[in-house]
Amino acid sequence: MAIRRRVLLTGNPQTPREIAEAISWSRRDFLRLATGASVGSALLSFAPLKALALPRSRKVVVVTFGGGARDEETFMPDGQENIPHLLTELIPQSTFFTQVVNRGILGHYVATASLATGVYETFNNFAEVPPDHPTVFEYYRKDLNRPATDAWVVAPSNGFNRIGESDARSYGNGLGAGVILPKRLLSAALSSGGRVQYAHLLRDNYETPLYTPEVKGSEIDLRQLSGILKMSVDDFTAHARTLSSPDELSVYVARQLMRQLAPSLLWITLHDMDVAHAGAYSLYIEAIQRTDRLCAEIWKTLQSEPEYAGKTTMFVLPDFGRDSDNDSGGNGFQHHRTGDPLSRTTWMMVMGPGIRENAVVGRRVQSLDLVPTLGSLLGFSPQRAEGKPLTEVL
Amino acid sequence: MLPSQLKAREFKGYPAEARQLAISHLDLLRELPASFVPLLLRELIEYDWKFPAERKQIDRQLAYLGSLSASQRQQMMAGFEQLRFSPELDHFNWVKAPTLFSEKLAAYFWASHQIDSFRTAAEDYIRRVDAATPKEPLPMPRLGIVVVGQGVTETRYPLFRKLRPHGVYFNRVKPANGVRTLLGAVTKRAAAHPVAYGHWYVDGGAAETISGPGVTSVAYDSLASARVALLFKMEEAIQSGIGGPEALRTMLHEMRPEEIGLSGKTDQAVLSRFETSLLTEGSGTQIFSTTFVQWAAREAWARAQPLTLLARFAPRQRQRPMNEMIANPEEKPALDPEGSLIDADMGAFYTWLNQQRLPGAEQASFLAWFEDHHEALAISPVLPRHTESDSPVDLEWLVNQLHS
Repeated sequence: MAIRRRVLLTGNPQTPREIAEAISWSRRDFLRLATGASVGSALLSFAPLKALALPRSRKVVVVTFGGGARDEETFMPDGQENIPHLLTELIPQSTFFTQVVNRGILGHYVATASLATGVYETFNNFAEVPPDHPTVFEYYRKDLNRPATDAWVVAPSNGFNRIGESDARSYGNGLGAGVILPKRLLSAALSSGGRVQYAHLLRDNYETPLYTPEVKGSEIDLRQLSGILKMSVDDFTAHARTLSSPDELSVYVARQLMRQLAPSLLWITLHDMDVAHAGAYSLYIEAIQRTDRLCAEIWKTLQSEPEYAGKTTMFVLPDFGRDSDNDSGGNGFQHHRTGDPLSRTTWMMVMGPGIRENAVVGRRVQSLDLVPTLGSLLGFSPQRAEGKPLTEVL
Repeated sequence: MLPSQLKAREFKGYPAEARQLAISHLDLLRELPASFVPLLLRELIEYDWKFPAERKQIDRQLAYLGSLSASQRQQMMAGFEQLRFSPELDHFNWVKAPTLFSEKLAAYFWASHQIDSFRTAAEDYIRRVDAATPKEPLPMPRLGIVVVGQGVTETRYPLFRKLRPHGVYFNRVKPANGVRTLLGAVTKRAAAHPVAYGHWYVDGGAAETISGPGVTSVAYDSLASARVALLFKMEEAIQSGIGGPEALRTMLHEMRPEEIGLSGKTDQAVLSRFETSLLTEGSGTQIFSTTFVQWAAREAWARAQPLTLLARFAPRQRQRPMNEMIANPEEKPALDPEGSLIDADMGAFYTWLNQQRLPGAEQASFLAWFEDHHEALAISPVLPRHTESDSPVDLEWLVNQLHS
């Protein structure tokens, strides 16, 4: 408990283990709160960051540590070995929110869409529909009069193809983000024989691991991508073959986007760890380790690319967790079906210029707070979004 | 339709015993909330193919609900009564298709932010039924055995990490004849207390020969043709444009054993249905043998509530990187013993957790062994917790310790 007090009251954890302990302890506090027990205040008071001049032409990259990761395999003592990059490289540079609660539907597309709209969307997770409410991309582009090339989403395929743009009145219809689905592109680039051989790696809808529905959407096609990224289809497929996972492919495409178009609002949805639905714990762990590494690589890229270095804020957050081992209604790590408090409670890290480093926020916030926070940061008004701006990073 | 409008003829599509049970409890069903009855019928409609322990649970629920006064029942069901339905669900024939209705109901509860209320109501109901159920003594304490690591010659993975706080970690186990010894222990227990579906052996590869009667055996390899047939049917359905993952799930749920080449004979119907459900309701059980064993063990514990369960993991197929698949497109999937060991280690923990959810948990024993190696973990009321032993022991001695 001594560690917890020091971390939460000063907001300056000393070691990765202290940070992890802060997360573990505050999560338990949340659970006690959820079950009606008393809990101490873990609020931090933040001084205004007046001294830090914010750069002009700020950019934002949102990375969803997606596919559903539990504390058990990340921030709890036995899980820390899986996230060395988060613990030792990224968290020390970030303001870290230990309790980000998702009260919505725990399906990946609908939950990620909720993150992007700031409203708990309620559509069928497997349906080929756009979000009902305006997305962050629409607010950003409409309010700030930004061109289509300035907002992009790189996402796993099936389902996410409609995430860039809502069908909300006054928004939608050409105001959204360009959506790139790298696996769909890879699939399109391969011969039919090649697709058969790639099949199970190209499938990413792990909630139904044996099913890949054909979907239609407004995502970028292979020819357009080739033009946008200034890369031939052959180069794209050749490079893809050297990669070991769909998320690596997504990060590769995101890097090309940064170099060619340098969008100011870039959303990267990682998803490998949802392989957990197939029930193989080792593959789930491998995916967490890979996602941990990819997050660090994205941050390094942002520091090394001239268009991004020194003016980019990166948000990293899971869409939600997975079922607890202790809930008999689930099957532990495999799914996210019970809606238990652990599967609804995650974290978020924010880093970049003007963001306090090595700080931990123990108060409970909602995943819906992301869009209002982005609005305050970039200067647009997400009028229909719920949630509140997170003042600790503004 | 409202439960109060239920009539006997609406159960005509139910299997014989399920129909009889429903009709004999028609008055009770009419008095239960609309958000609850379909969930009960979802279990009841499968009654003819349920294990004895499951039948007993359904019988007890109906007997308990029937024993309550109208006001007691109303109080008990208050949580369910408060849940709202969508107009679409109001018009759904939930008597005919309670499982499909339950799925749609769950989706609606998620979308309408009622899932937490539903969860609370369900947990409260289970707690009350459980509290009212008399605790029958078991004929013998339960024993769970998990064998992990087949095909692994060497590992640095810290095995049994999650189980160690609960028992003794042995690091000098003599592995000779290990699997035969453990199977022998299962057959001895089956002979001593012959109970229908009371003793199980689940294997992630080909099943070893069992020397005695009374052991229910399920093996991944023996279901190979059923798995292929199932995948073929799924592919066929997808190609024909079945209409999405949910429609596919419904199709799988309705699949009968004989459709994937399993026996539809009456005397094997219960086990065939169980095996079919492992493949149609389990996620990943069709692809990975490690997932199959973990899920089969979970389902066997939860549904059959056996006295003995031996689950032996085998190497699953490896997930291959893209470039390797291109280089060797014709190659059969290679195996991944090391990854399978990690899967099985977690599977052992989950098998123990699921065992502990059953009545008599405080008397139950559990053994996990790294096949052909020197590591084992034993949990028993007669053994200390969080302890390590470097005494040389063999598996027969270990099993005897758990029995004593």
